[in-house]
Amino acid sequence: MRNIFLFIRRYFNFVFFVVLQIAALYILFHYNKFHEAVFSGVANELTGSIGGKYNNVTYYFHLKKTNDALAKENEELRNKLLTNFESPDTTQKLVQDTVPFDTLGHFRKYLYRSARVVNNTVSLPNNTLTINRGEKQGIHKNMGVISPSGVVGVVINTSSNYAVVMSLLHRQSKVYASLKKTGETGQVFWDGNSPLYITLKNIPKSAQVAKGDSVVTSQYASYRFPQGILVGTVMDVVDDKTSSFYTLRLKPATNFFNVQYVTVIENLLKDEQAKLEEETNKINQ
Amino acid sequence: MSDLVRNTIRFVLFILVQYYVLFQIRPLHEFVVPYIYYLYVLWLPFSLGRMSLMLVSFLFGLTLDYFTQTPGLHAAACTLIAYLRGFVVNILIPQEGAEQNYRSPSPVSMGWAPYAIYVVVLTLLHHAYLVLLEWLQFGSFLFFLGKVLATSGVSLMLILITELLFFRKEKFRTNTA
Repeated sequence: MRNIFLFIRRYFNFVFFVVLQIAALYILFHYNKFHEAVFSGVANELTGSIGGKYNNVTYYFHLKKTNDALAKENEELRNKLLTNFESPDTTQKLVQDTVPFDTLGHFRKYLYRSARVVNNTVSLPNNTLTINRGEKQGIHKNMGVISPSGVVGVVINTSSNYAVVMSLLHRQSKVYASLKKTGETGQVFWDGNSPLYITLKNIPKSAQVAKGDSVVTSQYASYRFPQGILVGTVMDVVDDKTSSFYTLRLKPATNFFNVQYVTVIENLLKDEQAKLEEETNKINQ
Repeated sequence: MSDLVRNTIRFVLFILVQYYVLFQIRPLHEFVVPYIYYLYVLWLPFSLGRMSLMLVSFLFGLTLDYFTQTPGLHAAACTLIAYLRGFVVNILIPQEGAEQNYRSPSPVSMGWAPYAIYVVVLTLLHHAYLVLLEWLQFGSFLFFLGKVLATSGVSLMLILITELLFFRKEKFRTNTA
């Protein structure tokens, strides 16, 4: 027994070193599995508020670009308004088919909440954004996030006033996207090489792809995003002879270098979908 | 300024510079990530015991981690160099008792050549461990090797610039003072 104590005293520094290492690695690997950091609530609030102060300064320098982006988005939305359209013949009345609606009338599927980006990185192997809305404002994990120009990412962690968003420039990010022209669906990943490009995989070679084609969120991503939100545009088509699928290099629609405002999307029907899918998985097992 | 105040200010400044300046730079290449924050660990005073040195470094790394959303990654690397710092200093210190005569490791207290070796060795160790932890999650051996070398190169250049810009005057302290 005495020898054990002597041993511990002799190598106390080393033991302490090992303990700290284990603590650090535990926090690291636990986080990578569940995206739940130890002390994440307090830490998010603190880094978020520091980020907010810093952003107040940088925000000023991006005002012009931010304004342009928001004006463009407004224009796009105005063009979608129902009042812009008239039925060609006034004697004919446009009657809406009642089948897609239930007896209560229209029901809402997506709810949008805007937020400001307070922390943002692009140079790390796994990039995240922090936004200034959290649980108190109704932001929860797994909600989709878009910017005025396209998809940004998915909420992975929340505290009471801030939320952390895994951007498309994250190794674990995966978004179902389809070609706007022909509708083939694949998955968008980031290979970590350059923040200027993301990768779209699993597009069959039967699809006709050209440079500059738009890639939008597919209906399979509707758990988080409405269908048809721009993800990126095709920059490069890699024709792999050994595979029957294309690998496409995309330019992300969102400029991650200066994104200032984002919109968080809540799918109000996701609980129902998740419950149904979970129950089905149980049966299949 | 006392050591405590000086190091507290450095703590905050290094974190802010690393996150809000160096991490915001448009990356040249995936291998090149400019790191300088760990210079804080290299600059901590001699008088700090090995245990408190490790504890401070661990907290320092963890603080940066909460900014980058990689909890534990930088903390592990910082703890490693804090643990090994003592051994490296003991080998490189030019004469017996220099730890008592000077406040902290610097070109003046250790001499330019030993100080350079001290910085290079710990930089390589820090990046090797940091990239190893990343490599466990993705990447290839070439990624590991390339990133360690390229990142170390950039970091050493940044450290050289910092040492020249913020030259730390180290007074020779004797027992009588």
